[in-house]
This record gives sequence, structure tokens and C-alpha cells, in this order.
Amino acid sequence: MNNHTHIAHSDDHHDEKPTGLDRWVFTTNHKDIGTLYLIFSLVMFFLGGSMALVIRAELFQPGLQFVDPQFFNSLTTVHALLMVFGAVMPAFVGLANWMIPMMIGAPDMALPRMNNWSFWILPFAFSMLLLTFFMPGGAPAGGWTLYPPLVLQTGDAFPFMVFAIHLMGASSIMGSINVIVTILNMRAPGMTLMRMPLFVWTWLITAYLLIAVMPVLAGAVTMLLTDRYFGTSFFNAAGGGDPVLFQHVFWFFGHPEVYIMILPAFGVVSQIIPTFSRKPLFGYSSMVYATASIAFLSFIVWAHHMFTVGMPIAGQLFFMLTTMLIAVPTAVKIFNWLSTMWQGELTFETPMLFSIAFVLLFTIGGFSGLMLAIAPADYQYHDTYFVVAHFHYVLVPGAVFALMAAGYYWLPKWTGYMYNETIGKIHFWTSLIFINVLFFPQHFLGLAGMPRRIPDYPTQFADFNMVSSIGGFLFGFSQLFFLWAIMSSVKGRVKATPQVWEGAVGLEWTIDSPAPYHSFSTPPDVGRRRNT
Amino acid sequence: MFSILGRFALWSAGVISGAIVLTRPAFAAWELDMPVGKTVLAPQILELHHLILIICTVACIGVFGFAFYTIATCRKSQGAKAATFTHSVMAESIWTIIPTLILILIAIPTARSIIAIEDTGNPDLSIKITGYQWKWSYDYLDKDKFFFSSLDRASSLAAQENSGIDPFTVKNYLRNVDKPMVVPVNKRVRLLLTANDVIHSWWVPELYVKKDANPGYINESWFEATETGVFRGGCTELCGRGHGFMPIVVVVETQERYEQWLAGELTWDPELQQMLAINAPTDKETIVVSLSASSFVKEESNDE
Repeated sequence: MNNHTHIAHSDDHHDEKPTGLDRWVFTTNHKDIGTLYLIFSLVMFFLGGSMALVIRAELFQPGLQFVDPQFFNSLTTVHALLMVFGAVMPAFVGLANWMIPMMIGAPDMALPRMNNWSFWILPFAFSMLLLTFFMPGGAPAGGWTLYPPLVLQTGDAFPFMVFAIHLMGASSIMGSINVIVTILNMRAPGMTLMRMPLFVWTWLITAYLLIAVMPVLAGAVTMLLTDRYFGTSFFNAAGGGDPVLFQHVFWFFGHPEVYIMILPAFGVVSQIIPTFSRKPLFGYSSMVYATASIAFLSFIVWAHHMFTVGMPIAGQLFFMLTTMLIAVPTAVKIFNWLSTMWQGELTFETPMLFSIAFVLLFTIGGFSGLMLAIAPADYQYHDTYFVVAHFHYVLVPGAVFALMAAGYYWLPKWTGYMYNETIGKIHFWTSLIFINVLFFPQHFLGLAGMPRRIPDYPTQFADFNMVSSIGGFLFGFSQLFFLWAIMSSVKGRVKATPQVWEGAVGLEWTIDSPAPYHSFSTPPDVGRRRNT
Repeated sequence: MFSILGRFALWSAGVISGAIVLTRPAFAAWELDMPVGKTVLAPQILELHHLILIICTVACIGVFGFAFYTIATCRKSQGAKAATFTHSVMAESIWTIIPTLILILIAIPTARSIIAIEDTGNPDLSIKITGYQWKWSYDYLDKDKFFFSSLDRASSLAAQENSGIDPFTVKNYLRNVDKPMVVPVNKRVRLLLTANDVIHSWWVPELYVKKDANPGYINESWFEATETGVFRGGCTELCGRGHGFMPIVVVVETQERYEQWLAGELTWDPELQQMLAINAPTDKETIVVSLSASSFVKEESNDE
């Protein structure tokens, strides 16, 4: 236990840290854990992306060329699980780890050991999930929504999938407890709730959502487990159960989950746009209230994912109206971001470009979401490529673009060096163009009648699928520029100043770049300082 | 910088469209919108879709327009100076209230449509549809008519992995069945949907019906076709390996011909018979022969 004494000592000396593998395995430092989360999510992003490329290769033209339909279903299922639980969520937790303590003037997260554990669960969870590809019966192939009875037909992979999801849930719950405790207890003097940076606000709300719904998912998959192995009949009509019950429980988790992936993205963009507009965020308090309303509404809209399942009229009307209501706070946010830019002093560095693209393309995803809320029309859209286009618009140019913006925005603070702006811009423009080539035609495919989750399709859908696949490959390979840009900062030559960006305000920009291993050991007095 | 990137954008757009034009010279199916429906309810649903699509498009243009105007006029490089305003109760109230009003406007016709769709009463005939992995069965209640309907053999052979058969040479690839469901025109057809194993979903885009078929439960839906013809769809709920391979074909016929069909005395007109491939060859040799002769089909489909 040499290591423990080592860590104990390091408290006395700034920036002294264990070396080698021990530093990462035993770390309780929020910056190290943040880095681990971010690297992990980047790896998952590329793995999940490669699966998407196999999917797009198979769909390049009609006929089955590369994969068996069952394996195709496994790919769509695991692609989704990896991207949702492995890429987007851990990336935001990584940002929370890195940035929240620095933004509120705290020395570290409140529960550093739990922090270590909540990260180190993830590699095991995802290794287990990925290893199911090599089990008899193959990886789970029932869709990430895990609907029974289909999911109960999974081969030997079934219990491993359930356990992997349990682990992911445990990790998320611990991470969110940490975020809540940190934000509520460790703010510097003068950092009142309504003066917190918006990224901190959105994460506080997201963390509550996570704690509320991850146990629901855990319950749902546990019921699947007992249905399969212990003779219960929660979802089996023959035993008095109902397969549709699972869908209700799943989407009670699933819809808040959607906002878990997008609210922190709102937070990131609310940090970046004011910086490069050199103007305070427009309507700070309405942004906070809008975020809270979206979070509240997310609990009462779940059945809009299930309009075709056979629901009473009253149910359809209720879920349709509550869903439409979400458009209001979301519209407020969009208008507030644009008003922040309005009459600002705009410059267009890569983080700003990604943020503007986020606002505009998220608007498209939001509007197709509103269309999906209209129940009679949704009967036609449901389970078609229109839905695929919709949720990819909110997740890729939505959440993922915000993550990339965050990466470019804070990389100089993390590494101490600027990234290569030209590479960043090339990454942005290629991503922007190809993401639209990839996903926009899928709206048309859906409207014309192409169901989702099919490995092969009638020839009438051939043209747009080919366009979409070309866009997919080009978008996928464009992401290598992201790696290049990250490396250009890690191995950088141009030193970053503490403030990094001319218009940046907020506590994280008052400390050195790179941020010292331990920051804000004594809390700064925020006073009346502008933080947002 | 911008002009270089602009040229790059144009260039890549050119490459992509060029690639598509070169690889698929004679086939064009660039449908952009939902098909026009052939049932009593279809027009009002399509109208609703267009209403919401237009509202969203106009709003989208407004948002994009304001954003691009801001981007063009408030640039630091052109000497713009940042204003200092931080909020405006007036503006924020306006853009809370206006979207709310628009939503109420949309909600009213929508609620009306839902009520019409859900009214499954007074049917002229009822058909119980059951989903299986991976085919459908149709049971005409009180009519002593029951049959299974699965993917036709030509599609089935072509859809094998690396079958060597070009799907473009197979007529109605993945959209053809061995036995279609037949209904009379201008009659209220009630559908009772259930499944035998996992959840399926029965969808025919032009009939504007999509409803899940849940094992152990029965869902209801209905349509009233307004013209005769052949309408194709498929399963829209992931149901395993063969999910993409269980199409639906509904033939809408006149009442008289429908009754002939019920009695097993209907002779299909030859064109329809070919389209449906009702007399699909059953032994493998004939199939191989018919497939090797499929170059005719290819030329035919190119002419379309």
C-alpha cells in the first residue's frame, strides 16, 4: 500500500501527483477523472461510429452484401447503447468533473473516492457489453429499447447485457450524486445559485433527472431478467402480464434520458455563445427556468413514443399536448441564444462555429420532434426513418456538436496549449456539411415509407440511402480531424493565456492554463463578479 | 478562409451528386413527401402533416434568417461593438406567448383527427390480422377465410446474403407477398391486430394505418379505401432477424370481385397477376429460369 502514503503526501505539495498507471487507477483528482471520462467517451464514440459505418455500408444499396440481418440488428442495438451510455453521457460527466469545481470555485468534487469508482465501473460495463458479440446467439439484437418479448429471445448475451446496464446505471447515479453534493455544498462565497454559470445549472438539473430515472431503467431490466429466468410474467400475457407495460416503464426512463443528453449541451452552448459574442447571456433567469420546465415536462410525456401501441383517446391527447408544451421553453432557449449573439461582437473560432451549428441544427431536430408529437401524423412517422433523422439531428448536431464545441473551448485550459485553429475549422465545415448529407435525406426516406431497423429495403428507397451512406462515411472520416485537433493541443506549441478567449468570463478563466492539479484550495471570493 | 471553405463545400457537393448520377443513371425515386392516401381519413391526416410541416418550415426560416442576419452584421471583424443589454421581459413574453398560441391552433384539428381515427365502430367487415416471425395471417371473421401471407420467393431468393441477384431486377423487391389481403372498396374495414410471438406493427402507408400487433392483446384500427388498387407496406416494429422481410400487400377490389375472391373464383387480370406474382413458381428450377429471364424485367423497370 505504498501508494496510499504517496497520495496522502501529495496533499501538501501542489501539483505533485503519482506517476504511471497508479495515477490513473487510484486517482481521486477531479481533473484526472474528468480526463479519463473524456478519453473513454472518445473511444466509445469511435467504436459506436464504426458500427454505424458498417450499418451504412450495408444500407448503401438494396440487397444483403456484408452482414447477416441478425448481426445487423445487433449492430443497431449496440451502436445505440454505446453512443447513449458510453459516448454522450460519460462525455458530459467528464466535462462536469473537469469544469464544475473550477466554475464554482471548489477544490475538487465533493466525493472524490466515489468519483473514482463511478468512472472505473464503466470500462468493465462496456467490455462486458462488447464481449457479448462473441457469445452463442450473438450480441443483443432487440433494439436499444429492449422491448420484450423480442429481447427475451437474446442468446447467452442476455444476462450480461442486463448486468452491463445495471453497472452503467450505478455509475451514472454515483456521478450525479457527486455533482449535486458538489454544487449544493462547495460553491465559493458569493456564488449564489442564481449567479452560477449555466453549465453548472443545467448539470444540477440533469443530475436530478438521472437519480430519478436510472433506477427505473434498472427496475425494468431486472423485470426482464426475472421474466426470463425466474418464471415471473411481468411482460407475458399468458401469465397475466403485458408487453406494453415494459414500454411504459422504459420510456418513463427513456424520455428524461433524452434530456439528460441534451440539457448539459444547452449548458455548454450557453457558456460559449456569450464568450464569442462578448456580451452577457441574454435572459439568464429565463434560461434557468426554461431548463427546469423542460426537465419537469420530461416526466409526463413518455407515451408519445408509443402512440401506435393502442392507447385510449384521452391518453393520446394528454401525451400529445404535454409534448407540444415542451416546444415553448425550448423556443425560449433558442431565442435567448440568438439574442445573445444579436448586437454582439462576434468572432468565429471553432467552439463558436460548433455552437451556432448546434443552435440551428437542433432547431431542425426540435421541429421534427414537434411534428412527431402530432399523434395522427405520428401514426405515419412512427418507427420510420423520419424518427431516425429526428433523433440523430438532436443527438449528433445537437449533443455531439455541443461536446465538440466544449472540447475546443476548454482544451487550452486543460492542456495549456492552443489547438490548431485551421484543423478545427476544417473539422467543423466537413462535419457540418456531411452530417446534413447523412441525416437530412432520412426525413424523406421516412415520409416515403421506409421503416427503421431493416437491413435491406425495397428499391424505391435506393437513391436517398446511397446519399445518406456517402454522407455517413465522409462524416465518420471527418472525425479524424477532431483527433488531429486534440493532438495539436496536447502536443501544442502555442501557450494559452489563463483567459484563453478574449471574451471569456467565469472563474475557470482566472487560473493558469493548464489548470494546476489542485485549484481553488482556498475558495475565491466571487463578490459581484460576472460569471456568465 | 471563408471563400476556401465555400469552394470546398461546393466541390464536395459536386462530387457527391456526381457520384450518385454516375452510379444510378436510369432510376429515380426521389420522393420527398408522404404518399397521397387512398382512404376516407387519409386526406385530413395528410393535411395535418402539411399544416405542421409548413408552420415548422416557416418558423425555421425565421430562426435561420435572424441567425444569419446577426452573423452577417454583428461581426467583430467589421468593427461591431457589443451592446450590454441582458434581458427584456417584453421580448421574452412575446416569444413565450406566440408559440403557445400556434400550438393551440395546431392542437384543435389534431384532436378532431384522433377522435375520427379511434372510432372503429360500425364496420362492414372485420379481419383479424396476426403477426408471426416473419409473416402475417389474415382471418376474415364470419367468412371462413384464413391464410398466411409471406414474402414472395423471388424477393426471398434475391435477399439471401450475396445472392448474386440484383434486387433491381426483382419486381417489387421486398414488397411482394405470395397471398395478398383483399378488401372491398368503399367499405369500412375493421382490423383486429394481434401477434403470435413478439410485437409486430402493421403498416400500409397509402392506407394510413399503422398499429402495433401485441402478443396476447388485440388492437383495433380501421380504414375505408376510396379507390381500387394494390397497396404495399410492411412490419414497422423490430421483430427479429426477418423484420425487413414480412411485407404487406392489400388489394382493394370492387364488392363483386371481392365476393368472387372469397368464393375462390376470382380470376385476376393478367397485369395485376404479374404485379402480385400470385402464381409464383413453387419449385426451385422454375424460379432459377424465371430469374435468369429477369433481364426483361430490368429493362422494363428502367423504362418506367
